[in-house]
This record gives sequence, C-alpha cells and structure tokens, in this order.
Amino acid sequence: MNVLTDNSELFLNGFKTTLVLFVISAFFALILGTIVAGMRVSPAPAMRAAGTFYVNAVRNTPLTLILAFFALGYPRLGLPYIDFMTAAIIGLSLYTATYVSEAIRSGINTVSVGQSEAARAIGLPFMQTLTLIVLPQAFRSVVPPLFSVFIALLKNTTVAAGFSVAEAGAIRATLSERGEPLLPGLLWVALIFVVLVLGILTPLQRYLEKKWKVAR
Amino acid sequence: MSSVLFDVPGPKARTRNVYLNVLTAVVVVGIIAFILFRFYESGQFTAKIWEIFTFPRVQQKIVEAIGATLSAFAVAAVGSLVLGIVLAFGRLSESKWARVPSYWFTEVFRAVPVLILMMIMYYGLPSAGVKGITPFIAVAIGLILYNGSVLAEVFRTGIESLPKGQREAGLAIGLSHGQVLRTILLPQAVRSMLPVIIAQLVVILKDTALGFLITYNEVLYYANFLGSQGKYGFPVVPALMVTAVIYVGLCLILSGIAKLVESKMSSRVKIVKTKVGMAG
Repeated sequence: MNVLTDNSELFLNGFKTTLVLFVISAFFALILGTIVAGMRVSPAPAMRAAGTFYVNAVRNTPLTLILAFFALGYPRLGLPYIDFMTAAIIGLSLYTATYVSEAIRSGINTVSVGQSEAARAIGLPFMQTLTLIVLPQAFRSVVPPLFSVFIALLKNTTVAAGFSVAEAGAIRATLSERGEPLLPGLLWVALIFVVLVLGILTPLQRYLEKKWKVAR
Repeated sequence: MSSVLFDVPGPKARTRNVYLNVLTAVVVVGIIAFILFRFYESGQFTAKIWEIFTFPRVQQKIVEAIGATLSAFAVAAVGSLVLGIVLAFGRLSESKWARVPSYWFTEVFRAVPVLILMMIMYYGLPSAGVKGITPFIAVAIGLILYNGSVLAEVFRTGIESLPKGQREAGLAIGLSHGQVLRTILLPQAVRSMLPVIIAQLVVILKDTALGFLITYNEVLYYANFLGSQGKYGFPVVPALMVTAVIYVGLCLILSGIAKLVESKMSSRVKIVKTKVGMAG
C-alpha cells in the first residue's frame, strides 16, 4: 500500500497519460477502421484490394515494431517533427484500425440481406445503403467484438512505455529510479488494469449491448 | 462478383468503378511513392547504410535472433494450449473448488497487459528475492499466462456450443464426466474452434516482440542494436524494414500452415457431422 500512497502522483500521471492515449487512439481507430471496412465491401475491386492489403500487412506486424518505426525510424526520414506521444497515437491508431475494420466487416455480414436489398430497391446508391441502412445496424451487433478490440487497445498502450511515453507501463522505470520496491508497485499497476477492464469497460459493454440490442 | 451491398454493375456503374479503381490506384501508388521518395531523400537506400547486412557475422546473428523468437513462440504456444485446456476443464468441472478459481484466473489474466505480466516476472520477482528469471522465462511465462487464459475461453465456448446429445450419449454409455470432456467433447471443440486457436497462435508469435522491451535478445532487439551502429550511419530504418519482413513472413507462414490444417480438418468434420445427423 505504501508504494501506491507514497508515489500517488506517479500513478495518477501515468494512468492519466494511458487514458489520454487510449481515448484519442480509440477515436481515430474507429474512424479509420470504419472507412477501411467500407472500402473492403465497396463495389470497386481496387478499393477492396487496398483495404485487404492494409489489414493483412498491419495485422501480421507486431505492435512493438510499428511503434518502434514511428518512435525511432520516423525521425530519420527528415519529415516534420512529432513527439513520442503523437508517434504512439499514430502507431496505436493504425494498428487498432485493422481490428476495428474486421469487427465492423463481420457486423456488416450479420445484417440480413433483405435490408440492403430493400435499400437498393428504393433506389439508394452504395454509399447511402452502407451509411444509412447497413452500418447503423452493423454497429449495434458488433458492440461485443468492438469492445474486445478497445480493451486490447487499452492494454496495448503499455507498449508505448518502451518508446519514451510516460504512461502506466513506465511507472516501473521511475519506481526503480526512486529505489521503491518493484513487485508491489507492478502488482498495483496490474490491479488498476484489472479494475479498468473488469470494473469499467466490461460493465459498459454489457450496458451498451443491452441498450442497442437489435430485435431480429 | 455479386455482393449483398450492390447490384451487378450496369454500364454506368462500370464506368464509375473504373474511375474509382483509377483513383484508388493513384492514391495508393502516391502514398507508396511518397514513402519511398522520403526513404531515398533521407539516404535510406544508399549502399553505406545497408552495408552492415553484408557481414556474415551479422547475418548469422540475425538467424540466431530468429531462432530466439521462434523458441519463445514454441514454448509459449505449447504452454498456452496446455494451460488453456486445463483452465477450460476447470471451468467446466463439477466441483466448485475448480470452477471458481479457474473463472477468476482467466478473467484476471485476460485483463492485465502482457507487458506488465512480463515486467512482473522480469523486474518484480527478482526484486522480491526470486532468482534465475531470464528474459526468456519472463517472455514465455507472460505469454503463457495471458494466452492460456484467452484459449481457455475459446475451448470452453467450443465445448459449450456442441450439441447436448454428445455429452448425454457419453454419460449414457457409462463414461465419467472427465472422460466425456477429454475423449468426446474436446476433440470436437478443437476442430470447430481451429480458426480462432490459430489466430491466437499468430498473436503469440507477434507478442514475442514485446520481449524487446524487457531485453530479450530477439529479432527486434537485435535490429535496435544494429540501428545504433554509428559507424555504419545508424541504419535504424533498414534494420526495422528487415525486421518487418521477417515478422510478416513468419506470420504468413504460420497462417498458411493453419489454412492447410484447417482444410484437412474441415473435410473430416463434415464426415463427423453427417454421421451425427444420421444417428439423430
């Protein structure tokens, strides 16, 4: 308990950064993922191919490598400067977007054929069929997989600690500098993650799932 | 190609698709060209910066690093599968003393980030007096605890989605609860959940790269070391490119093997299913 109370500012700042990283990356991943999912079901073959290539390439690359590229490789390319926090947000968003797009695409497949047939029958073009009819229903049925993706994102933010972002995963390094006992400190970090995932995100998922349930 | 979301294209839609195809191609080629141009401009394609990869010693070290990645993967994959089966049996057991701990074990270890688990192993335990924790052990145990818990849920879902008659028939011919689980339910569950199990194995392979952050000497760790060689012009970007090719290659090989096994297995499952149908 002492480790937590003596270093409360360290834990607070660490988890604050983690949550900021999580919320911003989740926002961009959701937008990018939806666009990629749309591309993967579009009528133009080149768009489908581009979406598939992006998803397959990024999903087979470790997140650590993607973050390493943006934190260590990017500064060597002579492009505009980005700080480590931005680098981590870009890496996490690009990585998570592939999982979001797969979740949404599976949701699109669960929307019954009659819905899009009816939409086409009244003359809606592809974009309107997708955005007005299919996606709103797809989003409801993908609440559970989408939440697993976001829970994974919350846990993945710890990887950014390895690339100079002072968030929850980096608490260990500071504790070690201060000569605090490491095992209790790390167990507290683990416990806070358990509370965030099982105490907040999972109940929220159950609530949204119930609220947005589609009657079929 | 007929899809749910659009009709078979007519003449107008075909022209529009051509425009969309060209537009996408231009954008994609543009992005790739820009990246390559930046690489070229900042000197990532000069012979000097790639020179380090021509040394046999470096090549040998890269092969060793791939070996380290693969050995961590192999140990973690086998361990996760075993732990997953044990935990799934625990959760489906008739005894409360096995059910409750297995439930909390899977819930808690799925909620803790793998990196934190590895840090607890590598930095936490030695500070509390536990000796002999190498980075390899920390990486393997961290991966086993997390992926074992995930796989336990996969096995359990697979077993619970089987028709009830399977279990009842097993019990009716006098098998014990444990025998029914082991010999009747698990083999069928593994077949039906194979795609998910394989996807989790790919996750294990990718997550071995987390070892980089706790000084495990795997591919990314060695690439980072190469990147810091000032004598050869800090080849960070070339080293990361090589690493990316290695990882994507390994993952694609694993997925390829998985597809092969899956197609063989699924042909057998069909036979099982028709038999079940006839019996019912």
